[in-house]
Amino acid sequence: MNTIDRAGDEQRPDDGGRVGAQSATATFGAGEPLALDSGISLSPFTVAYETYGTLNADKSNVILICHALTLDQYAASAHPVTGKAGWWPYMVGPGRPIDTDRFFVICPNVVGGCMGTTGPRDLDPATGKPYGLEFPVITIGDMVRAQAMLLDRLGIGDIFCVVGGSMGGMQVLQWAAAYPDRVFSAIPIATAARHSAQNIAFHEVGRQAIMADPEWKQGAYLTEGTTPAKGLAVARMAAHITYLSETALHRKFGRNLQDRETVTYGFDADFQIESYLRHQGSTFVDRFDANSYLYLTRAMDYFDLADDFGGVLANAFRNTKARFCVVSFTSDWLFPTSDSRQIVHALNAVAANVSFVEIRTDKGHDAFLLDEPEMFATLRGFVDSAARTRGLGA
Amino acid sequence: MSHGNGYSTGRVDLDLIAQMIATGSRVLDVGCGDGELLELLTRKKNVDGRGVELSQEGVNACVARGLSVVQGDADTDLADYPDDAFDYVILSQTIQATRNPREVLRAMKRIGRHVVVSFPNFGHWRVRLQLLFSGRMPETPSLGHSWYDTPNIHLCTLLDFTSLCDELGLAIEDAVIVTGDTARRVSRPGTIANLIAGDAVFLLSRHDARAL
Repeated sequence: MNTIDRAGDEQRPDDGGRVGAQSATATFGAGEPLALDSGISLSPFTVAYETYGTLNADKSNVILICHALTLDQYAASAHPVTGKAGWWPYMVGPGRPIDTDRFFVICPNVVGGCMGTTGPRDLDPATGKPYGLEFPVITIGDMVRAQAMLLDRLGIGDIFCVVGGSMGGMQVLQWAAAYPDRVFSAIPIATAARHSAQNIAFHEVGRQAIMADPEWKQGAYLTEGTTPAKGLAVARMAAHITYLSETALHRKFGRNLQDRETVTYGFDADFQIESYLRHQGSTFVDRFDANSYLYLTRAMDYFDLADDFGGVLANAFRNTKARFCVVSFTSDWLFPTSDSRQIVHALNAVAANVSFVEIRTDKGHDAFLLDEPEMFATLRGFVDSAARTRGLGA
Repeated sequence: MSHGNGYSTGRVDLDLIAQMIATGSRVLDVGCGDGELLELLTRKKNVDGRGVELSQEGVNACVARGLSVVQGDADTDLADYPDDAFDYVILSQTIQATRNPREVLRAMKRIGRHVVVSFPNFGHWRVRLQLLFSGRMPETPSLGHSWYDTPNIHLCTLLDFTSLCDELGLAIEDAVIVTGDTARRVSRPGTIANLIAGDAVFLLSRHDARAL
């Protein structure tokens, strides 16, 4: 979910090699299957992850970053396909709110993803062919369970802080609910405890675009040697609109024409916004798997945290000892402030330690990835004070 | 909602409020500003504190102090808190800036077993004389806004406040009036207190509440 992979967009700071990036994978064999919410066991499976910074002696300085729908483990290191710098440059790095000089940051690719963690484009050991639609349906709970297994493998018990935006924020909430003893602090950003009907609707449009592409081949495009590029690009274009705001679109593009003085009386990309969306669509196809897009959007659609707790969201947080910092954005209409307030309300109901800020911005849902100084001020204060309480020093 | 619209010169009311709060209790500070009072209560009274604050700067300052503060509006967001969630709900130098002080007080009574309110007294003799002799809306160094741009839209006198408490079924457990730097305890503020008090701090409880 990033607007920042567009050429000429906001200048991104690049901390280069100073974050101490390490790429790694952890493979779980037949003896350690991932027990999915669907009842299916996924085995074997691999989790690909990046780490930044250094784990301290008592393993108490771990920050877990949960990524959003179309992002990956490359939060602060270059993307291997696009070569672009990490997707959370303002948040993660030396001296940044998630300070890689002080914390050991882990960012895993989610299960069902397509950047190294097992997903639908990997080989199904039963058939020797790519899973495609044979891949089991994944939930947010499954993603978090796989992350917990990764931390177990690394010998890490507690997480000092779990943080993420959008689908990443859903994982943060799931972490707090499923592993209340392992989470010291939690930062759910621009997210919800359940996916709204409107959001499910947008996802369905995207999925139908992919499935309508004849190249999709009922999900078997890898075996058939085709690529549903058009369908995936349209899915991305539609979704991308939801990540922005009308104000931001107007400010950036207005009704400006693309490289021409007048309209062409045709269906070429006359308007800059059309050209921009087409670019978003075509570049996305290079780095993302269409079936992964189906599975991950489904995981978000299925997310309803209260549902696992008798329909009462507060019950999800009844055992939490974590301190929370919930963040929303005024112009985010995909995950509006009311979604965040529901989370805050539930946390208040169980007397949890919760802070909440609504950041004033016109950049829409994508604001969490962009340069939002107020958000960084809030999160820096939250992380630093939590670190003091945890005895992690300044 | 931030502190500092009040009539007092210092923040003597913060210490007065701290004296009214039982050690180790659960406290919600509504309009907690930069968290000065919450931090004081956490340090001195070991309270489990929460805050509500309207301004971004205030929330950021609180979060940086390690306080748990929710960005929100006293007029609308107290509805989010369950009944009896706190031992004390505090409204310090904020009631005069709320849109509906009566509903705010009613919500506080529902959420907390005790309610603490501090506010500038508009019945102070200086205020009265200003209106009498100048014929203009009173302005004082601490209520230093013109009538058209003041955030203090619901100013009241001590007597106005106590009669609202009566109406809402809030019993006065303790009341302290502040004149300059002098604080004095009054059993129930009357006509004289209403003349000399610059600020007042009230500890209220439900009529039906059992003693702590």
